Amino acid sequence: MEILLAIMTGILYAAGIYLILRRSLVKLILGIVILGNGVNLLIFLMGGLVKGRPPLIPEDASALEGIFADPVPQALILTAIVISFGLQSFAIVLIKRAYKVLKTDDIDTMNKTDDIT
Amino acid sequence: MNSLILNTISKTLLPLLVLFSVFVLLRGHYLPGGGFVGGLIAAIAFILHAFANGLNETKKILRIHPGFLIPIGLLIATLSAIAPMIITGEPLMTGLWYEKDIPILGKIGSALFFDAGVYFVVVGICLTIIFTISESV
Amino acid sequence: MSEHLTIYPIIVHLLTAILLLLSWMNPKVQRYISIIGSIVGIIVGGLLFSQVWTEGIQSVQLGNWKAPFGITMVADTFAVTLIVLTNIVALAVSIISTRNMVSSRLKFGYYAIFHFLIMGLSGAFITGDLFSLYVWFEVIIISSFVLLTIGGRNIQIEGAVKYFTLNMLSSIIFLTGIAMVYGVTGSLNMAELSRIIPEIENQGLVHTISLIFFIGFGVKSGVFPLYFWLPASYHTPPAAVSALFAGLLTKVGIYAMIRVFTLIFPLGEINQMILMVVAGFTIFFGGIGALVQKDIQRIFSYLIICHIGFMVGGLSLFTEVAIVGAVMYMFHDIIVKATLFLIGGVMYRIFGSTRLYDMGGLMDNYPRLSFLFAIPMFALVGVPPLSGFWPKVSLFMASYTQGEMFLLIMFIFASLITLVIIAKIWNSTFSKKPVEREKRKAFKYFEKFSFAEKAAYIVPIIILVGVTLYYSFFAEHFQVISERIGKELMNTEHYYNAVFGIKEETKL
Repeated sequence: MEILLAIMTGILYAAGIYLILRRSLVKLILGIVILGNGVNLLIFLMGGLVKGRPPLIPEDASALEGIFADPVPQALILTAIVISFGLQSFAIVLIKRAYKVLKTDDIDTMNKTDDIT
Repeated sequence: MNSLILNTISKTLLPLLVLFSVFVLLRGHYLPGGGFVGGLIAAIAFILHAFANGLNETKKILRIHPGFLIPIGLLIATLSAIAPMIITGEPLMTGLWYEKDIPILGKIGSALFFDAGVYFVVVGICLTIIFTISESV
Repeated sequence: MSEHLTIYPIIVHLLTAILLLLSWMNPKVQRYISIIGSIVGIIVGGLLFSQVWTEGIQSVQLGNWKAPFGITMVADTFAVTLIVLTNIVALAVSIISTRNMVSSRLKFGYYAIFHFLIMGLSGAFITGDLFSLYVWFEVIIISSFVLLTIGGRNIQIEGAVKYFTLNMLSSIIFLTGIAMVYGVTGSLNMAELSRIIPEIENQGLVHTISLIFFIGFGVKSGVFPLYFWLPASYHTPPAAVSALFAGLLTKVGIYAMIRVFTLIFPLGEINQMILMVVAGFTIFFGGIGALVQKDIQRIFSYLIICHIGFMVGGLSLFTEVAIVGAVMYMFHDIIVKATLFLIGGVMYRIFGSTRLYDMGGLMDNYPRLSFLFAIPMFALVGVPPLSGFWPKVSLFMASYTQGEMFLLIMFIFASLITLVIIAKIWNSTFSKKPVEREKRKAFKYFEKFSFAEKAAYIVPIIILVGVTLYYSFFAEHFQVISERIGKELMNTEHYYNAVFGIKEETKL
């Protein structure tokens, strides 16, 4: 299972970077989204996988016993997902606006800010 | 969208979904649920209503601009986070609990108010995003 | 009560932002709330500074969860000094924003977002947890995206796309680093990491992780191969926003770099080498870039990159003297860069353009203003009594005694090229004869400003120049502060003890 997830993380990173290197704005945003998911999966993987042992204390005990899943990566991923939700909604509004005012989707033609005038 | 079924259903579903969202908010401390999920459910209730009846109808029901829910929620959350500093002198965000059980609600503490603040912020932000996007389309 | 002061700088700006959101339809009230909030921020920052100065490093465990399980907020001298400077810049920017921002922008929530940004900066400075540092970084960049795009001119949107992409990428790289650290150590508390990391057997892996962090922070601070978003975006927003970004946003990247590379991953020889080369090239390309630009805000943008090299170079030497120099340079740079962008804003109002070609005759028409503008410019070059000179003494001395001639040459190169650039700006704006040109019709020139408007533009510059002058003539105060910071950074014992509540026998 770990190996499968590791390969999956690699694929997500590769796909994300490939999309970022394309010229289209939409693909750029998609690439960032996929990279973000890759990172979340990486955090999950790095926390270690434990199957079927949620970190919940049973009713008749006062502490966790034996092997249990690490709750910290889950909290980290939840936070990261909420943050990237905000950033991605901003990104979509931004590229919509950029397409409206610049009338292009091609990143190569966006070079007005670097002109030496 | 003009569908009689959706129109009728959405009007009935709106109060039910809002009630359900409050239920999810209240059970959130020890069981799955909480302010974030509850807020999303409440936002979905209003969005469904907007789909069925149009934005203006939903705005009439809401009465205030959803953007105002954001500072209100933030204020509630911040005050509940500061409360332990002022009342007992413990660090920020320490949970304060009222000793006795209260019927229906169970135990209440500062965490509940924090969650309520989150609830309002989520409702406010989701509705603001959706309303702005659907107005500009 | 006393330990709670640690988080007050965050709470002050959070409450200010909430008040601003509640009064979002009323721009007039917003201006007063923002200025009052910034003043309260300075007072709270000053109180916290005096407390840290007398009682040592302060820490507070959020939610009363003992370290390393909860999130710890730690205020050491470095963080606290930066908070005070941040609040001073915030006051200056919030004063100039009263007139630099049209009220439609204020209705979009400019001031509230501005205070969220300051809150994020304060949080990033005092957090003692790696993941919470990431969250504060996100607060900072989300707010800065909004500030950058508010107004929505074409060029702003284009700059924002570049800024957005690279900053998002850097956050993702930073988060990757955090995931790796968590996988290797099982902890994210910085103080605990400082003890776990040296005991790991696979030091090669640790080096790799530290370089991932370096790339993440490097994008944010604009070091050599990663800086291209900076000159593409910093000149696009109004002067108030540029000043805020120039003064503070790149410095928070440098702050994180210094914190991580002193506390968590002490620099090894390879990393020192990499940082040194990067610092040298940053100085070189920043300087050359500034030399060819013809627009005053863009020249200043490239100068930011050039001078980032001083701080990275100081860190790369990794001796106490060098760190003292780097930290002192950072304090000087925060104030001076913010002042320069504000000056750029005033010049735009005077000449109606930011191109050097369109300027001239400032000395004849506004002699007092010229004198005011000259101070930060000469401070930037490092003319002896002024503030840029003092940190360079430490930096030059450290690189000379270490025998790092490459870095020493680069430092001297940076000083000279800054001198050339300032001389060029001086020639074309202050002493050159003004170019005859048509006045733009729908544009409010500085000469037509009412007294209140003029005051709103000039008072912040006077405040910041006052701080620069204080730094210049009482440099020994900053020297003492920086030396104590150097001791705290190079000896992680104090930080660890403060986080875990161990009583210290020897005070700093």
